[in-house]
Amino acid sequence: MIKKFIYLENKAFLRSASFGANLVMKIIIGLLMLYFSMIFIGMGIGVFYILKKMNLEPLSIINKFLIYYLLFDLIVRLLLQAIPVLNIKPLLVLPFKKNTIVHYALGKTSLSFFNIIHALFFIPFSIVLVSEGYNVTGVIFWHLAIFSLVYINNFLNIILSNIDKFFIFFIALIVGLGAAQYYNLFDITSFTAPVFQNFYELKGLFLVPVLLLLLLYGFTFKYFRKNLFLDTGLSQKADVATTENLSWLNQFGSLGTFLKNDIKLIKRNKRSKMTIIMSVVFLFYGFLFFGNPFHLYVNILAGIFVSGGFLFVFGQFVPSWDSSYYQLMMTQNIPYRGYIMSKWWLIVIVTFISTLLASFYLFFGWETYLIIVIGAIYNIGVNSHLVLLGGAFTKTPIDLNSAGGAFGDKKAFNINAMLLAIPKVALPVALYAGGFYLGDKTLALSLVGGAGVLGFIFRNKVFSIIEKKYKSEKYSTISAYKQKN
Amino acid sequence: MLIESRITNLKSTITMIQVHQISKKYNQTTVLNIDYLEIPKGQSFGLVGNNGAGKTTFFSLLLDLIQPSTGHITSNAIQINTNENWKSFTGSFLDESFLIGYLTPEEYFYFVGDLRHQNKADIDVFLMQYAEFFDGEILNNKKYLRDLSKGNQKKVGIIATLIGNPEVVILDEPFANLDPTTVNRLKKIIKELAENPNCTVLVSSHDLQHTVEVCDRIVVLSRGQIVRDIQTSEETLQELESFFAL
Repeated sequence: MIKKFIYLENKAFLRSASFGANLVMKIIIGLLMLYFSMIFIGMGIGVFYILKKMNLEPLSIINKFLIYYLLFDLIVRLLLQAIPVLNIKPLLVLPFKKNTIVHYALGKTSLSFFNIIHALFFIPFSIVLVSEGYNVTGVIFWHLAIFSLVYINNFLNIILSNIDKFFIFFIALIVGLGAAQYYNLFDITSFTAPVFQNFYELKGLFLVPVLLLLLLYGFTFKYFRKNLFLDTGLSQKADVATTENLSWLNQFGSLGTFLKNDIKLIKRNKRSKMTIIMSVVFLFYGFLFFGNPFHLYVNILAGIFVSGGFLFVFGQFVPSWDSSYYQLMMTQNIPYRGYIMSKWWLIVIVTFISTLLASFYLFFGWETYLIIVIGAIYNIGVNSHLVLLGGAFTKTPIDLNSAGGAFGDKKAFNINAMLLAIPKVALPVALYAGGFYLGDKTLALSLVGGAGVLGFIFRNKVFSIIEKKYKSEKYSTISAYKQKN
Repeated sequence: MLIESRITNLKSTITMIQVHQISKKYNQTTVLNIDYLEIPKGQSFGLVGNNGAGKTTFFSLLLDLIQPSTGHITSNAIQINTNENWKSFTGSFLDESFLIGYLTPEEYFYFVGDLRHQNKADIDVFLMQYAEFFDGEILNNKKYLRDLSKGNQKKVGIIATLIGNPEVVILDEPFANLDPTTVNRLKKIIKELAENPNCTVLVSSHDLQHTVEVCDRIVVLSRGQIVRDIQTSEETLQELESFFAL
């Protein structure tokens, strides 16, 4: 039985749209996976010595922040980890016992990337602990406890995944706890750190999370077993639809027609709603850079990202957002130019709004905000076109209903999109650095800004090129989008 | 030369669609090969054939969704794969990928209407005619298209092709997946369309009887070739049935 499941999984993996593409792609994906694994393993080994060097007791520091680590993990899972229930459908009518099917589906989630990535960190860390003379049984017990907690997250995610509000709740929880800790109002870690520490010190305490995990597995199992019907657990929730006219957009003619549609697209589909959340996250990207004098040359990078979140996350996948009804678009009375223009306007409008929202960076001084404005000009003038041009070659159909497949789901992992992102980022950095090399910051900024303005002035010319590319790629795009099933 | 002389012969009836030596190959396998085909304006044209006969391929070529290996098609003297102007007078529904899942049926109709220069009020009036066809299951139902049943999705798709009085209507397998009552109502709608001298209707189907009922002319495709081209008459159904009998 298990053998059959493994056979299916193997096929599903090897034949997934992006993985099956070609050898070069496979090698790049392999290298990327290796790279990230190495980073995590390196962190697992390194963190001990780094903390030691800072004269801190590594295990207790890790235990102190573990609560945030776990909460954050849960959020990431809620966002990205897909629940494989739908793949179960074809198995229902085959001679498998229902219990086996549920065990299989749940077992499959436990092998997910989101669990293994933790192993890459915690296993080396535990090994280092042992080799540095920590109590062996204590470390093993601690390790087991932490892993039970990671897997508790895994199953919590499965149970909670259908409820969007939980995601907001946990974000609010983290932000609230973090703020309370920062301002010394309330320190959650003073309650949780001793517990985590006791997993190591008190023998037998680790059984608590292990038991909890077993209980949770049992509960999840029962829940799915009971709901293993097409109209309950396996059905996709049908939303109550509301008809929106958005008639104020009518004044923009055919542009308005598309804008109306795009707004509904973003509002009503999980995957596209994520782009809005991501754009907000990108707004705060600057905090990584500004106020840090070492990053002089890369400041512009932050400038690009702060206002460009939507451009990168949404624009990247134009026209794939319309992939499920691309044939309709190609047979309706639609001028290609109007279609591309409307996407462009959407990107420009959101970039503009992001720039306004980012005005809180004025707190860092007007020069910092100037970098963001220059970045926005570049985004509007150059990157918006690049992103649309890249779209002509992005032929991965998007399943609008699956949440966040962008990163979590191996099927949607798209190297092409990542490669296309490089010029959008590298070019302004090169211009900026060149400006610094030849003159000063003013020259650097005006080079980047100038490129943006030039792009904006010649946009009609650029649109003609983009339009031509879309047309010449039309047939292969249609056939690629048809392969989604 | 040959083609030109045929065109002059048919001057009396205006030609809407002309197919010239069109063929489609996938890796050496020819899935469609039509030397010449002409569909006059106002005709209701039925395409029948078994699975894999090339019906959907032909319609996809007609809508410039796939690239012909050889030849070309003209619609109202516009060559389809080089000029996009045919889109303004052509309505088509091949499958569910012509529907936008996250819209309500009303929004979908308004969207298509916008593209064909019909305002909301025009569409509301237009939809009133089809209240019976929708059978109360489509409009004002608080459901997105993706949550409708296959049959109801199809009803929406078919009616949307008729928005803005198109001169060419292309429907792939319109009768499949519909309940018997709806099939009868759909036949009525297609017959009415066929009576309009300005509207050329192209329908494909597996169901011989339905096709015979609504079409003036029936073409049988088999393995990508035209094997019969019949003007519908009393005997047509029998002739077709004997053709498809084993």
